Amino acid sequence: MAASYFDVDGTLVSTNLVHPTLFYLLNQATPVQTALRFGRALFKAPAMTVAELADRRTFNELLYSSYQGMSEDRLVLLADEVFEKVLRPSIFPAARDLVRKNVDRGNVVVLISGALDFIARRLADHLGADDVIANRLEMKDGYATGKLEKPVVAGPEKARLIRDHARVHGHDLDDCYAFSDSYSDLPMLSVVGHPAAVNPDPRLKLLAKAYSWPSFDLRACP
Amino acid sequence: MNHPCVTTLERDSAPRVLFAGDQLVEADLPAGTRCIYPKPPIQPLRDVDAAIRYAINHPLGSEPLYAKLRPGMKVTIAVDDISLPLPPMKAPDVRERILEIVLALMADHGVDDIEIIVATGIHRKMKAAEVRHMVGRKVFDAYWPDRLYNHDAEDHDNLVEVATTDHGEVIEMNRRAVDSDLIVYVNLNFVPMDGGHKSLMCGLTSYRSLSAHHNPETIRGCDSYMDPQKSELYTRVWRMGRLAAKKLNVFTVETTINNRMFDRPLEFLAKNEDDLDARERALLKGLVATTARLPQVARQAIFDRFPAPYGVTGVWAGETEAVHAKTLERCNEQYLVPFEGQADVLVTGIPFISPYNVHAFLNPLLVSVQAQGYLFNFYRGAPLVKKGGTLIITHPCTDKFDHEQHAPYIDFVHRVLPETRNAVELHERYEKKFAQDPAFIQMYRTGHAYHPAHPFFMWYWGENGRQHIGRVIVVGADNEYIPKLLGYETAATMDEALYRARGSENKSLSVAHMHVPPIVMADVRI
Repeated sequence: MAASYFDVDGTLVSTNLVHPTLFYLLNQATPVQTALRFGRALFKAPAMTVAELADRRTFNELLYSSYQGMSEDRLVLLADEVFEKVLRPSIFPAARDLVRKNVDRGNVVVLISGALDFIARRLADHLGADDVIANRLEMKDGYATGKLEKPVVAGPEKARLIRDHARVHGHDLDDCYAFSDSYSDLPMLSVVGHPAAVNPDPRLKLLAKAYSWPSFDLRACP
Repeated sequence: MNHPCVTTLERDSAPRVLFAGDQLVEADLPAGTRCIYPKPPIQPLRDVDAAIRYAINHPLGSEPLYAKLRPGMKVTIAVDDISLPLPPMKAPDVRERILEIVLALMADHGVDDIEIIVATGIHRKMKAAEVRHMVGRKVFDAYWPDRLYNHDAEDHDNLVEVATTDHGEVIEMNRRAVDSDLIVYVNLNFVPMDGGHKSLMCGLTSYRSLSAHHNPETIRGCDSYMDPQKSELYTRVWRMGRLAAKKLNVFTVETTINNRMFDRPLEFLAKNEDDLDARERALLKGLVATTARLPQVARQAIFDRFPAPYGVTGVWAGETEAVHAKTLERCNEQYLVPFEGQADVLVTGIPFISPYNVHAFLNPLLVSVQAQGYLFNFYRGAPLVKKGGTLIITHPCTDKFDHEQHAPYIDFVHRVLPETRNAVELHERYEKKFAQDPAFIQMYRTGHAYHPAHPFFMWYWGENGRQHIGRVIVVGADNEYIPKLLGYETAATMDEALYRARGSENKSLSVAHMHVPPIVMADVRI
């Protein structure tokens, strides 16, 4: 049996990691906490912008440091709301159908995302995906430390995680699919036999053309 | 005695000019070679609109269209896609004329629940500009995109099983059409294998239904695709179509066109080289020299620049089979040229177009479709080339594909074909899995790519030619890899190809040359 690995942000949904984080920051228990956390996040914004351009992993680590001190209960409690209000409306029209086509083909569908696992899981359930490889917040005494548990799901690490997942579950990578919108996911696209560029950024679009990879837009309704 | 469209070459005959993709090449063929040319274009109808009105008011085997209409009914009009004719027809396309007349009639009868579906089957979806060219601005502006759209053979929510034949062939069709009180099919019949029940059975069905007849077994069972009585493909499609017709209310409108493919100043390309006047000879020389020097994109632009000035030669309407019988007569009248006996060697150029690369490059798989599929099958009676004979083609066989339209072709040619050329093995081991490729299906559904099953169907399309022809030699290939992949030998020149065809014994061979395009079909008598 083969597997299909889907990047999430920009590939299946129009949002990115910042949107759910903003929702959490703006929905703290008190207005004061909201103001403080939002202010701190704003302070880190320039560094995050630079990190986004240079290294996805550093960006993820900086972004998730904004979660420091949030209680696990609150994060999980708000997860349904984050999904309903942020993620669900941003799912591309043809995304569910694409996932279904992979399932119909008999492939195990795995979402591989820099998003947090408890949010990605809800998206996976909604789309009919089987498994999730996502970032996990480190928790201490029921509160987020602001660090991510290793391995951090980003950039080249995604390729290694896919290889491990395929090995553990007995998938032949030559038969596997990977879908992403971003040139930064080139490593993950390169390890499978069937890579595809979805809503590709200009660099990935060029590369897909050069290597004759399938390339399409999920933003268009069939 | 030869038909006027068949010429036997003398020692001092002019060189023949053959298409090699979008280039033209000259070749000296041996004395005694019999060259078959297209017939001159049949005189077109003087008043096409009047002919359309007459046809729908005096239909064959059916009550007139107006008598079928009642206010409030649900109507689906299905239209042939842009794979026909080739190249696309100069505006107004005959489909535009029919649609305008039929839609006006429906409006007069209070019918307003109308949807127009481009019957693309598993072909690529037509782009908005292409649809506009085909149906005309007036219809396009009024209906596109909500009530004028491409069929989607992968939209399983909108496909419905109509029936299953006693041979187990499942007819799965577009739900909107099936749910309609009336289906009007607007056809443009380019060659005899088009039209009839094939229109609905290919244009509005699913991969599942298409695979019931687009498979190696069916294709190997065909003598000529262009001779319905000897075509297993026709038999199966007809079986399905007849059953579907019992469940549906279908009114068919079919049209034929003449073979005036080239407009001025390229009209002379249809003529016998011996009949060219001094101006035409000079133009031909210039075109041969120009296409040899220009880059491919510019060459393609030259030929894309001139839509074909086809003339409409017939319009018939009514019950599908009664209509199609008339269509076939007119098609054969235009294309069939009597030819005595078969040849050991058939020489033909492979042009830049096929039904599957409109506005795109003719990729290597389509070269094989043209050679062993279409051109081989342009006969009635018996193939032009003897069983086990040699087919010599001219084409560069460039390893180039349109990345959007032919995305699944690339994988097929470079990933699947190197495993095997055996059509049965391809069908049994690879087709189903490949046809479900989610990325290619997405490209088909939301983009303008062919369905992933299509390259397999294309390989099968050459299967009866592959079974009949002993060897294919390609002259002028720019690489060795693609011809080898397709199972072809290569030769640098026509002389070398003919030398090889003769073999080590240097035996004397009968040679035939088919001058295409425009289309010509050999009516071979043995």
